[in-house]
Amino acid sequence: MAKGSARLEIKREKLRALSPLEEPRSPAELRVRQLRARDLLRGDLEGPALERHVTESVLTTTLDRAMRWGRANSIFPATFGLACCAIEMMSIVSPRYDIARFGAENMRASPRQADMLILSGRVAIKMAPVIRRLYDQMLEPKWVIAMGACSSSGGMFANYAVVQGADKFMPVDIHVPGCPPRPEALVYGFNKLQRMILGNPDSGWRRRYNAIGTEEWARPATGSASMEEAEAYAAARELSVAHDAELAGESG
Amino acid sequence: MPDAPGLELIAHDLDETAAGSVLGTYYEHGQACLIVDPERILDLLRWLRDTPGQEYRFLASLHGVDYLPAEPRFGVVYELLNMPRVERLRVRAALADPGGDPSEPGRPRSRGRGDDRLPEIDSCVSLFPTAEFHEREVYDFFGIVFRGHPDLRRILMPEDYVGWPQRRDFPVGGEPVIFTHNEREVPRWYE
Repeated sequence: MAKGSARLEIKREKLRALSPLEEPRSPAELRVRQLRARDLLRGDLEGPALERHVTESVLTTTLDRAMRWGRANSIFPATFGLACCAIEMMSIVSPRYDIARFGAENMRASPRQADMLILSGRVAIKMAPVIRRLYDQMLEPKWVIAMGACSSSGGMFANYAVVQGADKFMPVDIHVPGCPPRPEALVYGFNKLQRMILGNPDSGWRRRYNAIGTEEWARPATGSASMEEAEAYAAARELSVAHDAELAGESG
Repeated sequence: MPDAPGLELIAHDLDETAAGSVLGTYYEHGQACLIVDPERILDLLRWLRDTPGQEYRFLASLHGVDYLPAEPRFGVVYELLNMPRVERLRVRAALADPGGDPSEPGRPRSRGRGDDRLPEIDSCVSLFPTAEFHEREVYDFFGIVFRGHPDLRRILMPEDYVGWPQRRDFPVGGEPVIFTHNEREVPRWYE
């Protein structure tokens, strides 16, 4: 370039049109695609050009699936602690466990702005109506995680003051075992909830661990089982295996 | 803390003031305890609070005990404190259960369900205002009625709760959980 010039060199060359789904190989080709998108927004694209643009730049899905995806990845938990599990629950929003990775870091202080309730601790009989009211005030759709042994089953508090499992008075979607569960466990339970919202409840662990037929209802009775009992269990086991094969056929 | 002779002196003085009100004394682990007649409890507490030389002006705690199957069954325990001398004195009112079965001593009839006659004792709120919540708690858990209490109702359990849950004959509650060691006895929920 000549000394004292504007230091700008202009090169003109003809650009080829990209075929659909082709990666742009240079910034210039990307620029062409961007210009075409601008034309589309202005309404200048028509006919085959429009069709090609749509196939290469728009992701189509069903409305239902898109809604579930949005719900699963933008959950607002209620700020609600019951007992010692609440300490573990609080740390899931900390940088160490960081539930913001899954879009649920925004804990709302009002049930009317929340759509997930974490029952973090034992539920006293005096607290049960309060929790039920909070749950009823939450927005639809709403989900509940019973965190720890106490809210799942009463845990160690088998006494007069504690409800033996929160699902006696409200629906519970996920039970996280532990006393208290580590924050990782709660995050894992939350991921399970997300998959449940997405329509994939992850029921295939028996297949993964090669444990088909070990369901409680398909387990042979030990000890003094009669012939009829043994036959009933064998039939149940066959049913279980057949059911699993059916599931495998659906997903595969 | 009054030592063992000191406790006997207090019991002696009390017996001179109100004869027959002290049923016994008890000194163990450096703690002094007077066992007294529940009908005279208000006079005794007033004497311990106001008599020069005693002056147990602070009620540190008030609680109930169920000694089933011993008789008398209940105890209402007052923990008194003299702050200048830092001396503590325990007063225990031995309270019989009017709902118990008279033909079989020690055998409860009430089963803690609250459908029988309840033991009664005078409230000491007029002497120690702090006793108000303590007496409500004792009423809540043991079903002991404090006569003259300004607002005697449940304090911790729900207001519509039936029964006196800290009585020893109250069922523990909970429900059986199936484990491998008891799966033959517990009903199989999955069947």
